[in-house]
Amino acid sequence: MRPDDRKYTRTHEWVKPDGDTVVIGITDFAVNELCSGNEGDLVYCDLPEAGRTVDAGETFGEIESVKAVADLNAPVSGTVLEANPAIEDHLEILSKDPWNQGWMIRLAPKSKNLDGDLLSAAQYEAYLAESH
Amino acid sequence: MKQTSLYDAHVAAGARLIDFGGWAMPVQYRPILEEVTTVRQRVGLFDLGHMGRVELRGPDAIPFLDRLATNHVAKIPVGAIRYGLFCRENGDPIDDILVYRGEDHVFVVVNASNTAVDLDWMRSHVGRANVEIVDRTDELGMIALQGPNSHLALAEVVEGVDLASIKYYRFGYGTVCGIPNVRISRTGYTGEDGFELYLPNALAPKVWDSLLAAGSAHGMTPIGLGARDTLRLEAGMPLYGHEIGPGMNPVEAGLGFGLALTPEKANTIGFAALQRIAAAPTRRLVGITTEGPRVPRQGHKLVAGDRHVGFVCSGSVSPTVGKHIGSAYVELGLDKAGTALEFELGAKRQACSVQELPFYSRTRR
Repeated sequence: MRPDDRKYTRTHEWVKPDGDTVVIGITDFAVNELCSGNEGDLVYCDLPEAGRTVDAGETFGEIESVKAVADLNAPVSGTVLEANPAIEDHLEILSKDPWNQGWMIRLAPKSKNLDGDLLSAAQYEAYLAESH
Repeated sequence: MKQTSLYDAHVAAGARLIDFGGWAMPVQYRPILEEVTTVRQRVGLFDLGHMGRVELRGPDAIPFLDRLATNHVAKIPVGAIRYGLFCRENGDPIDDILVYRGEDHVFVVVNASNTAVDLDWMRSHVGRANVEIVDRTDELGMIALQGPNSHLALAEVVEGVDLASIKYYRFGYGTVCGIPNVRISRTGYTGEDGFELYLPNALAPKVWDSLLAAGSAHGMTPIGLGARDTLRLEAGMPLYGHEIGPGMNPVEAGLGFGLALTPEKANTIGFAALQRIAAAPTRRLVGITTEGPRVPRQGHKLVAGDRHVGFVCSGSVSPTVGKHIGSAYVELGLDKAGTALEFELGAKRQACSVQELPFYSRTRR
C-alpha cells in the first residue's frame, strides 16, 4: 500500500498537505515506468521557478529518461513556492525515495479544499490494478 | 497485439514489452545503456520476428522489383544483399528495404510497421508481370546476433557452412541447432559485425535458447528494441518515420548508396523526382551532439540565432559517444561539422554541434 497521508492523480503524481502548503511529487509507479528500476536511466528533470502559478492538471515540468519524456502535471492549483534543488544533480533520489526526499515542488494552494481530480491511496491502488 | 514465436521467452526473461508496429516486443531486458554496451563490446541476441519478410518468385520477379525499388535489383549478384527503398512518384519513401538476391527468388525484408502498406503497394503494381508475392512474415522467425563476438557465438551452433565465407551483406544457408537450410545473412542494424537468421517459427524458441546457452561464454545476452534504436542511431542508420518518410526523401537523408539514378532505372517509380532532388538538394541529414542535460528528440526545432534552420529526427543518450546525440535535417550551409546550433525545448534552448554521420563506425575506431 502506498502512503495514505496524501492524494494521487491518474497521471501518477502525489500531493501531500504540509501546513498551509502542499508538496508534490511523482509515484514509484511513474518512476519505474520511466526507468524500469534503473536509476541511471533518468536523464533530466525540468522544474518551475518560484512564483509561477499553475492550474490543476496543468503541466508544470518534464522528466526525461533514456527513452522517453513525460509531463509533470499539477494535482492542484496554486503558486509555486520552491522546487526541490537536490533533484537536478541527484535524479536517483526519485527512485530511492519518491515519497519524501524525491519531492519536486511546494505550492501555496489556491483553495484549502484541494481542487484537483484526486484519488485516495486506496483508489490509486485500484486504478493501477485495473489499468496496468 | 501480435506476438512473435519468442514472446514466451521474453516474458520468462522478465523483458519489458511494448507495442511496436502492432507487435508486443521487448524494449529491454536490462538497462538500455548496458544493453548497448554489450552489443558494442561482446554480442547481443535480438528477436526480429516482427519484421516483414516477403518472397518474390516467378520469371518477372526481378524486373517487377526493379520498377518499385530504388536500388538496381538486376545487378545484385546471387547471394548478395542490397539496401533500397520503395518511393512514391514524388520521391517520398514508403519504406526502406533489404533485397536478398537468391538463385530462384528474391527475398525482401521490410519494416514491421509498413509491412501491410508494402504488400499493398507491391500487389497493386503487379499488372501483367509474372510474379508471385508471398508474405512469409507469419511463418518465419528472425533472430539477429550483433556484436564483435557474433561469429564466435554463432559458430557454436552452426554446421555445414563456414561463416567466414559469408561476407558482409552476403547470405548463405547452413544447419543451425540441427535445423537444416537456415538462411544466414551477414547484416544488421547496429553498426557491428553480425548475422541475421531466418527460420521456421516453430523452431525459433529452441534456436533462441540454444544460442543464449552457447553464447553466454562469449558474453551474449538478449537485447531489446530500445538499445537497437540507440545502436542504429550511433551507426547513422535511418529509421522509417524518423529520418525518412513523407516529406523526408532518401537523397537528403544521405542514402545515395541505395538509389540507382542511372538511365536504366528511369522506369522506377519516383526516379524523376529523386533525380530532381539530387540535382538541387536544400538540406542534409547530419548528426548533432550536445553537452547539455536534455536529449534531442524527434520534432525539436533547430535554430541558428533567430532563424529556424532544421529539425531533429531522432535522439538518444549515447554510451558509445559519451554524449547525447541526435540526427537532424539542417539547411545547406549550416551542415558542416562543428557548426554551432541550438535546439528548442519549449521556451528554452540548448546548444548543440553539427557532426558527420555516423557517430560510430567499427572500421574507423
